[in-house]
Amino acid sequence: MEPLVHVRDLKVRFVSRDSTVHAVNGVDFDLAPRETLCILGESGSGKSVTLRSLMRLNPPRLTKMTGTVRVGGHDLVTTSERSLADIRGSVVSMIFQEPMTALDPVFTIGMQIRETIRRHETISREDAERRALELLELVQIPSAKRRLAAYPHELSGGLRQRAMIAIALSCRPKLLLADEPTTALDATVQIQILLLLRKLQQDMGMGVIFVTHDLGVAAEIADRVAVMYAGRFIEEGPVSALMRDPLHPYAQGLLGATVHGGVRGKRLTTIPGAPPNLAQVPTGCAFAPRCAYVEPACLAAVPAARSPIPGRAARCIRVPDHAVSTAA
Amino acid sequence: MIVLTQTTEILRQLPDVGGPAQPLLTIRGLTKHFPLRSGLLGRSTGVVQAVDDISFDVRKGETLGLVGESGCGKSTTSRLIMALLEPTSGEVIFDGQAVGYGGLTLKEYRRQVQMVFQDSYSSLNPRLTVRDSIAFAPGVHGVARRSAVTRADELLEAVGLDPAQFGPRYPHELSGGQRQRINIARALALQPRLLILDEPVSALDKSVEAQVLNLLLDLKDQFGLTYLFISHDLNVVQYVSDRVLVMYLGRVAEIGPVDTIYNGAAHPYTAALLDSRPSMDPDRRRLEPPLQGDPPNPVNPPSGCRFRTRCLHAEAVCADKAPPLAPAGPEHLAACLMVLPGSGHSQAPKLAA
Ligand SMILES: Nc1ncnc2c1ncn2[C@@H]1O[C@H](COP(=O)(O)OP(=O)(O)O)[C@@H](O)[C@H]1O
Ligand SMILES: Nc1ncnc2c1ncn2[C@@H]1O[C@H](COP(=O)(O)OP(=O)(O)O)[C@@H](O)[C@H]1O
Ligand SMILES: [Mg+2]
Ligand SMILES: [Mg+2]
Repeated sequence: MEPLVHVRDLKVRFVSRDSTVHAVNGVDFDLAPRETLCILGESGSGKSVTLRSLMRLNPPRLTKMTGTVRVGGHDLVTTSERSLADIRGSVVSMIFQEPMTALDPVFTIGMQIRETIRRHETISREDAERRALELLELVQIPSAKRRLAAYPHELSGGLRQRAMIAIALSCRPKLLLADEPTTALDATVQIQILLLLRKLQQDMGMGVIFVTHDLGVAAEIADRVAVMYAGRFIEEGPVSALMRDPLHPYAQGLLGATVHGGVRGKRLTTIPGAPPNLAQVPTGCAFAPRCAYVEPACLAAVPAARSPIPGRAARCIRVPDHAVSTAA
Repeated sequence: MIVLTQTTEILRQLPDVGGPAQPLLTIRGLTKHFPLRSGLLGRSTGVVQAVDDISFDVRKGETLGLVGESGCGKSTTSRLIMALLEPTSGEVIFDGQAVGYGGLTLKEYRRQVQMVFQDSYSSLNPRLTVRDSIAFAPGVHGVARRSAVTRADELLEAVGLDPAQFGPRYPHELSGGQRQRINIARALALQPRLLILDEPVSALDKSVEAQVLNLLLDLKDQFGLTYLFISHDLNVVQYVSDRVLVMYLGRVAEIGPVDTIYNGAAHPYTAALLDSRPSMDPDRRRLEPPLQGDPPNPVNPPSGCRFRTRCLHAEAVCADKAPPLAPAGPEHLAACLMVLPGSGHSQAPKLAA
């Protein structure tokens, strides 16, 4: 069966007159239908740029995108702007950290959902209205009927997030992209939205790619996790296994630095140094300058993905390569 | 405790006044209501009850964690304590002395109480080098330029930055983590006794957050400091705090030793807040959100207990009576009628005869 998402050697550069940023430097992965992948990484590692590539949302003039990106059978690298407009919304859609980037402040929530549906389907006004109401109920907005007439600024933060989700789901996409949608929310609201997304994913049978810098969020929602560093997936695997026993030294460092209930009274482990400047692509392992286990071979070439167990892989030469390598 | 070299008298930490048993900071009935204005005439159309009659102590040498969701009044509390805002009512007492009005002057007080903000960028002057930023306050307090600069370099060293490399730089040439280290160095320049840290690591990446938290714990010992550590991050507060104060909609919900609160919260809001944390275990995920909806608006807070509109245990009496802080265990207070003997709530302890 063809995967829902098929990405090979995705590279994204931003080129302007006086600078080049190598934001994504060769990302490979597949996503099965109904699967949830979390992309976990620190700021600037290329999470959002990767996600936006799956809808070709990076600014066209500046962006050089190469490699293979197939979503629901569509080739996102070569397809025309015209067919992109059809794909966006009905095959793949996206939610963001800040709902106001996706909501239009001068139209009511109901109007925005109706218009999104009617852009993709020939449907009567009444049917669109009914679907809009169903969607607000689906995302568990209380007094949904009344809220159809509300403007975005009239809603609380949590309700706005739900309204944005309703719009993103209005054309029943097969793939939902989520860029830190709960990062700005308070704890009691964040867990509501996470559980809602988990339920919607199951009920609608969607694939989800969820970008986060928060390990706890990944633990609540992911089937698989990909850890991103300097524009590459440096480790990928099932969420439980990866959290229990990360393979890559960067993933180990990131997990060790995460403050959680069990670490009280212990000194936090830290990672020395800072991520590389992305003006050039490092020729070897991008983490080598910060790595406690570095050896000359690390600098010679970018480590290939090595898979010690089926389903897990890391780009580190110290990781044994046993399983017949699937994509990582 | 570090004794810095070449510092003049004014840069020594001021001595303890009331002894170890006297709280370093006492907050009594602190209240801040912001008027809401609208229309051309700016007529007042109500008030935001940002902080409403809160009282607590910060003990000498402890880290008191102040936690709560956004808008509950944490930053307003910190600005009131720093005297950056005029309170509607209430008082701030530092080591037994009232602040202002015949007590400690603001200048004396601010030497001993310093603050670090979340936004590392806006709190540094973009036109001053790092070294000059740190040396600025001691200069204002009459320290000669040369001693102030020497002192700045010692502090850069103390926060883990090479003075030769970082001293001449400007804020925009630094990463967020480096800027936060500079802010911490600057806050230490007057040898304060109390640091108020308002979300000091909330804007940082996880690996940098860990570095800054380690640094803050080291500096606390080296410089003999007391911390009021404000954060919305329950894990970070648990990690750094000796005691924890939980705020909800401008009021204190609960205060007590960190392990008491995290292992057995007495206030239903604290319990729900703690249960809202992601599980960190994919095999034991959360199944139900502990609370529905967002926190209500502090413009029109619910009568009585402010949490009652979201509380599973709310009864009619909760709308009538604002719960006072009542003992819930050793060193442990909670503002909930279920804790207050004879409050009228069906789950309250009976009054002793
Ligand atoms: N439109 C753009 N033009 C130039 N550089 C960009 C653009 N978008 C992102 N970048 C850069 O690409 C890198 C990766 O960014 P991003 O994917 O947003 O990181 P994150 O992992 O924090 O989401 C960063 O260095 C960022 O500054
Ligand atoms: N200068 C101000 N004028 C009016 N309202 C304010 C002002 N500062 C804060 N508030 C309001 O007071 C409440 C508490 O804010 P704040 O203390 O910043 O909360 P926190 O730091 O816990 O997020 C919020 O509702 C906020 O909108
Ligand atoms: Mg991003
Ligand atoms: Mg605040």
